[in-house]
Amino acid sequence: MKDVTKGVLVVGVVLAASAVLLPWPDARADSDRRASHLAAPTHAVFEAECGACHLAYPPGLLPAVSWTRIMAGLEQHFGENAALAPAVAADIRAYLMAHAADAQGMAWRWGEAADRAAQGAPLRITGTAWFKHEHDEIAETVWRRPAIGSPANCGACHRDAVTRGFDEHRIRIPE
Amino acid sequence: MNKALVMASLSACALNAAAAETPLHLRDGYARAAGLAPAELSVAAGEALFRRGGDGERQCVSCHTEDPRRKGKTRAGKLIAPLAPSANAARFTDAAKAEKWFARNCADVLGRACSAREKANLIAWLMTIN
Ligand code: HEC
Ligand code: HEC
Ligand code: HEC
Repeated sequence: MKDVTKGVLVVGVVLAASAVLLPWPDARADSDRRASHLAAPTHAVFEAECGACHLAYPPGLLPAVSWTRIMAGLEQHFGENAALAPAVAADIRAYLMAHAADAQGMAWRWGEAADRAAQGAPLRITGTAWFKHEHDEIAETVWRRPAIGSPANCGACHRDAVTRGFDEHRIRIPE
Repeated sequence: MNKALVMASLSACALNAAAAETPLHLRDGYARAAGLAPAELSVAAGEALFRRGGDGERQCVSCHTEDPRRKGKTRAGKLIAPLAPSANAARFTDAAKAEKWFARNCADVLGRACSAREKANLIAWLMTIN
C-alpha cells in the first residue's frame, strides 16, 4: 500500500512539473492526431503495387489533388514506368481519394490557406513545406549517404515506416 | 508477338498447372508464343539481355545486380528479391506479374517492349542458375 501511494505521488509530481515545463496537451494532441491519420486503413492492392519500388507512402501525406496527378502520370513516374491496368489503377485511386490528407481533415499539414495555394499539387511528399520543416535538421550530405540515397527512402531512418510508424523515438539515421 | 496470345497461352498453362504457375510454365508459354520449342531457346541470349540490356544508369543490372541470386535495390532504396528461382521461390509463379514487370522494365531500360522470345530466353537462363 505504502509503495503504491508513493508511486502515485511521484507520478503526480512528474505530471505537475511537465505541465509547467512543456506545452504538453497541445503537443500530445498533435502527435496523436498525426499518428492516427498516418495509420489510415491499409489496402492490399495499394500496398502491393505502390509498395514494389518504394514504401507504400501513407495516403495522408499528400492531398487528393496530388494523388490525382500522380495516378494520371504512372507511365512516366519519376523517370520510371509504373503503369497499371485501368481497373487496378481505379481501385487504388479510390483508396487514395478516401484517405488523402484533405479527406482526413489534415489541412494543418499544409499550413495556412495561402501556403497551400502556393504549393499547388506537389508530386513529392519530400517536396512539401511540411516535409522540409520536419526534416530541416538533416544536412544535404546526409540524404545522399549510400545507405539512404534519397529522402523518399523513409524506411532508411524511420524503422517502423512499413507499418506507418513515424514516431520520433524510432528513428535511426544510418552512417 | 501479340500480347493476347501470350496471355492466353500463359493462362492455358496456369490451368494445366492447376495450382500456382511455375517458371517452367511461364518459360514454355513465352516460347510457344514465339513459335519456338523449349529446346530452341538460348540460355546465352537470355544472359546477354540481362547483362548488357541498357546503358549508363539504365541497365537491368543496376537494379538487379550482376548476380541474380542476390538481392537488388530500387532507386528509392527498396530491396528487390533475387530474380533466380533457385534463390527466390516466388519468382515466375504469377504470369500477370511477370508480364507487368517485363513491360515496365523493358520500356525503361531498352526503350521498347521485349519479345516473347527474349522473355523465354531470360527465364530459361535464370532457371539454370543454382
Ligand atoms: C516501377 C517502380 C515504381 C512503382 C511501381 C511506383 N513508384 Fe512511386 N516512385 C518511383 C521512383 C523511382 C520514385 C522517385 C524516388 C526518389 O526520388 O528517390 C517514386 C516516387 C514516388 C513518390 C514521391 C516520393 C517523394 O519524394 O516524396 C510518390 C508519392 C509515389 N512514388 C507514389 C507512387 C504510387 C501512388 C504508386 C502506385 C500507383 C507508385 N508510386 C508506384 C518508382 C515507382
Ligand atoms: C535521413 C533520415 C530520414 C529520412 C530518409 C526520412 N526521415 Fe522523417 N524524420 C527524420 C528525423 C531526424 C525527424 C525529426 C524527428 C524529431 O523531430 O525529433 C523526422 C521526422 C518525421 C516525422 C515527424 C515525426 C514526429 O513524431 O513528429 C514524420 C511524420 C516523418 N519524418 C515522415 C517521413 C517520411 C514520410 C519520409 C519519407 C518520404 C521520411 N520521414 C524520411 C529522419 C528521416
Ligand atoms: C529501376 C529498377 C529496375 C530495373 C532497371 C530493372 N528492373 Fe526488373 N524489377 C524491378 C522491380 C522493383 C521488380 C519487382 C519487384 C519484385 O518482384 O521483387 C522487378 C521485377 C522484374 C521481373 C519480374 C519477375 C517475376 O517475379 O515475375 C523480371 C522478369 C525483371 N524484373 C526483369 C528485368 C530485366 C530483364 C531488366 C532489364 C531489361 C530489368 N528487370 C530492369 C526493378 C528493376
